[in-house]
Amino acid sequence: MRTQLRSGWPALRRHAAILPIMVLCTLGASGAASAAAGAWEPTKPVEFVIPAGTGGGADQMARLLQGIVVKHNLMKQSLIPINKSGGAGAEGFLDVKGAKGDSHKIIITLSNLFTTPLATGVPFNWKDLTPVAMLALDQFVLWVNAEGPYTTPKEFIEAAKKAGPGKFKMAGTGSKQEDQIITVALEKATGVKLTYIPFKGGGDVATQLVGKHVDSTVNNPIEAVAQWRAGKLRPLCVFDDRRMPYKNKVTDKQSWSDIPTCKESGVPTDYVMLRGIFMPAGVPPEAVNFYVDLFRKVRETPEWKDFMERGAFNQTFMSGKEFADWVAKAEQEHVGLMKEAGFLAKK
Amino acid sequence: MSESSQPVEAASGGISTRTMEIVVALALLAIGSLVVYDSHRLGSSWGSDGPEAGYFPFYIGLIICISSAVILGQAIWGKVGKRSTVFVEWQSLRQVLAVLLPALAYVFGIQVIGLYVASAIYIAGFMRWLGKYSWFKSIALGVIIAAVSFATFEIWFQVPLFKGAFDPLSRLGY
Amino acid sequence: MEDIAALFHGFSVALTPFNLLLMFIGVSLGVIIGVLPGLGGANGIAILLPLTFSMPPTSAIIMLSCIYWGALFGGAITSILFNIPGEPWSVATTFDGYPMAQQGRAGEALTAAFTSSFVGAFVAVVMITFLAPLVARFALQFGPPEFFAVYFLTFCSFIGMGKEPPFKIMAAMMLGFALAAVGIDTVTGQLRLIFGWHELMRGFDFLIAVIGLFGIGEILLSMEEGLSFQGRSARIDPKIVIQTWKKLPHYWATMARSCLIGCWMGITPGGATPASFMSYGVAKRVSKDGHKFGTGLIEGVIAPETAAHAAGTSALLPMLSLGIPGSPTAAVLLGGLLIWGLQPGPLLFVEQKDFVWGLIASMYLGNIAGLVIVLTCVPLFAAILRVPFSIIAPVIVVICAIGAYTVHNAMLDIWFMMLFGVAGYVFKKLSYPLAPLVLALVLGDRAEDSFRQSMLISQGDVRVFFSNFLVGGIMTLALVLLLWPLVSRLRASMRKGGPAAAT
Repeated sequence: MRTQLRSGWPALRRHAAILPIMVLCTLGASGAASAAAGAWEPTKPVEFVIPAGTGGGADQMARLLQGIVVKHNLMKQSLIPINKSGGAGAEGFLDVKGAKGDSHKIIITLSNLFTTPLATGVPFNWKDLTPVAMLALDQFVLWVNAEGPYTTPKEFIEAAKKAGPGKFKMAGTGSKQEDQIITVALEKATGVKLTYIPFKGGGDVATQLVGKHVDSTVNNPIEAVAQWRAGKLRPLCVFDDRRMPYKNKVTDKQSWSDIPTCKESGVPTDYVMLRGIFMPAGVPPEAVNFYVDLFRKVRETPEWKDFMERGAFNQTFMSGKEFADWVAKAEQEHVGLMKEAGFLAKK
Repeated sequence: MSESSQPVEAASGGISTRTMEIVVALALLAIGSLVVYDSHRLGSSWGSDGPEAGYFPFYIGLIICISSAVILGQAIWGKVGKRSTVFVEWQSLRQVLAVLLPALAYVFGIQVIGLYVASAIYIAGFMRWLGKYSWFKSIALGVIIAAVSFATFEIWFQVPLFKGAFDPLSRLGY
Repeated sequence: MEDIAALFHGFSVALTPFNLLLMFIGVSLGVIIGVLPGLGGANGIAILLPLTFSMPPTSAIIMLSCIYWGALFGGAITSILFNIPGEPWSVATTFDGYPMAQQGRAGEALTAAFTSSFVGAFVAVVMITFLAPLVARFALQFGPPEFFAVYFLTFCSFIGMGKEPPFKIMAAMMLGFALAAVGIDTVTGQLRLIFGWHELMRGFDFLIAVIGLFGIGEILLSMEEGLSFQGRSARIDPKIVIQTWKKLPHYWATMARSCLIGCWMGITPGGATPASFMSYGVAKRVSKDGHKFGTGLIEGVIAPETAAHAAGTSALLPMLSLGIPGSPTAAVLLGGLLIWGLQPGPLLFVEQKDFVWGLIASMYLGNIAGLVIVLTCVPLFAAILRVPFSIIAPVIVVICAIGAYTVHNAMLDIWFMMLFGVAGYVFKKLSYPLAPLVLALVLGDRAEDSFRQSMLISQGDVRVFFSNFLVGGIMTLALVLLLWPLVSRLRASMRKGGPAAAT
């Protein structure tokens, strides 16, 4: 990693030279708009909406994408990330929904694409957007404090049951969003009763667990990996139907692939979170193809591969109808999960 | 910042402090009631696991209502000496409006023609009519400042600002 | 001693010409970002982050952290000159800084602000250098009850000190809380106080309110008084820096106290904004000139600025050693570390010695570079006040509009800013205090969240706030501060043997 970055650093000067050229390009863009007929290309900077705050998982990914696009010169125009995090991301989605036909706007989504409209009743649906591509799926892992006695999910669940309903505390990000959905699913699957405590960000959640203010979390790998490596946290199982594929050692003894799935440890719960790209409705298919192609190229870069491994992402890539079908299915699952949990907005 | 002294001399007429006190207190009372109403809808009791979503806002709204009611009472039945003070004289009010109304027009302008164009027009207009500068100076400065902010935000920091409903700059490729 | 060797190694890493150049660029950019309201350190770093991917990580973090220093310095400039806080943590600086500028002492106020920022940051860096592992562990002690206790302490150190009618203080503060509650509720995920108006979902950002109440409100007020800022003709003397420096050692106690408050708030991720308010509040109580605070006292500039910078700097410590961001800006930097392939967390100090000590060395150097840059510009900044009102006023309105827009990229926020501007004008004339309103707006939802999280943890038992030494201690301190004015008034009245005059 370091050598890559070092070898990449003369690129700074190159980049400095590119900047004014880019400016000239953008200014003269109106003239050069359709240079190559047929292949659509952005003619002005592309707005990259992030329906989450600065510093979170979606934000990190979006800014990494921006950096990769700049560094490898994958697009003539620039990609400009904008955070619109109000109302659990609803602000960002409504913005894109309202920008019908705008090919210069894309949005990165997380599970709040489904959960926010269901939980708050804000009027939007993924069908108001054009699905572009799935970049990756984010995993969830059940974490406990490493100083605690539990080494398997079974032991943890048994202890929680023994302590009595609501005595064990589960910390998570936000309310009625993915972390709480998993918590409820876990409760349904095992009959345990936990107290869910919402915090604002994944980093806070991991810290609360290290400080022993709560008993467990369902952080994404990237949110908790630092504390795992330092021996402060212990992963019990991953909420997916397969183990994570990364075999490089993360700690002295374990790699991501050594973490069992919750299913194989007797806790039948799984959940993955979409990290995908959408566009406003009514955009031409050529524009969609351009972005699909762009993100395909991004996936080939070493920076992206490295990021995927560090965050132990599930690297499934989809686009077109396959992706739309996946989203439709995921939406149905969310409706089911949220209805069971009683999280649907009161009309 | 708490040092604003009320204009004590009840001179050449204007809006009286008493009237303003009453208006503001009524506005606060209205806000407070809205808060109480919505919090009650959300649930304002202390549930089994702590306060509900509307618990704090409910009492916050209630305190706003009580405070504003007291302020209202003091304004209506308060000391006579205070009643006669002037909140703002007509002359001063005219000056305040001379800034406020163009500023409101400016914000409306942003909505329609975008921030950059509206800013250039606003600065130029303000300098011309309120500052009595020459047309040349006013327009030059307005355009320069708009251009500098355009360069800073759109090009340098890559922060797109509001382009307005009609987006007059779209022909430049932005 | 090993640390000192490591630090010197760090200096050798940071002191390459290329890195020094980046430091200079970073600080200058940071000052610009800090001056523009709405474009805070967090945005600035987020915006420039992707551009640094092609640098070595050490150089990148040096430049980005210098942007951070620059933004910390820059926030004070507009607060003092125009009463518009460029950053949330410079709100408290306006209380005395702006009156000073109005009296023609802008240069003095700026010098005091910059110098005390430097002192605050420097003390915090020294602390990071020598106490990092020890102090970092302290941050882990903070669960929701402790957070609530800290916010409560901030309120208690600040309220009960106004001269305004008590019901107006109450109404203003509660209005701040009500505004803070608008939007989505963290704990239940319900939408509150939006009445079906989805544009309100994002809530009222503190900066929108402050830009309107202070910035626009002030323009309306100065307009009423005629077309000029007072103190416009003040002489700007380059020697002002030296003259001010001669006065500063006099306030060493205020600085020391504020450093302490700042470091503490930075480590327990309370943040720079509460630190600045708390420090101002405490200084006002302790100082013998307490009653003159708000009229342009240099002490009132020193206290919040020292604390804000001490907090802003020490907020980087939990980030590096634990991977917890102490502030939004730190959160973005944290994202940067991840992208460069560095893993912030307990192992960073072991695995990436070059990087960590290079960064710490750059904190020393960046701060010094920042101080030199901003101090040389003091006469320049102060000269801005000489620009005629009919030019500067529309420019300020434009800057305010840009600032309001960039906070959330929302047009509606510009309208709200104007509304707050009118409210600021009216409130100030009717002596509704603005400071409690702003404080409630900043801390209101955070305090509520941590209170309700505590209640979830304790299952509704309020005694959780006295359940251990740490939280109990902070709560007791807060209660003492809250009741202090009552007690001292009682004592005064007993001594006089009669009822004290009503304030």
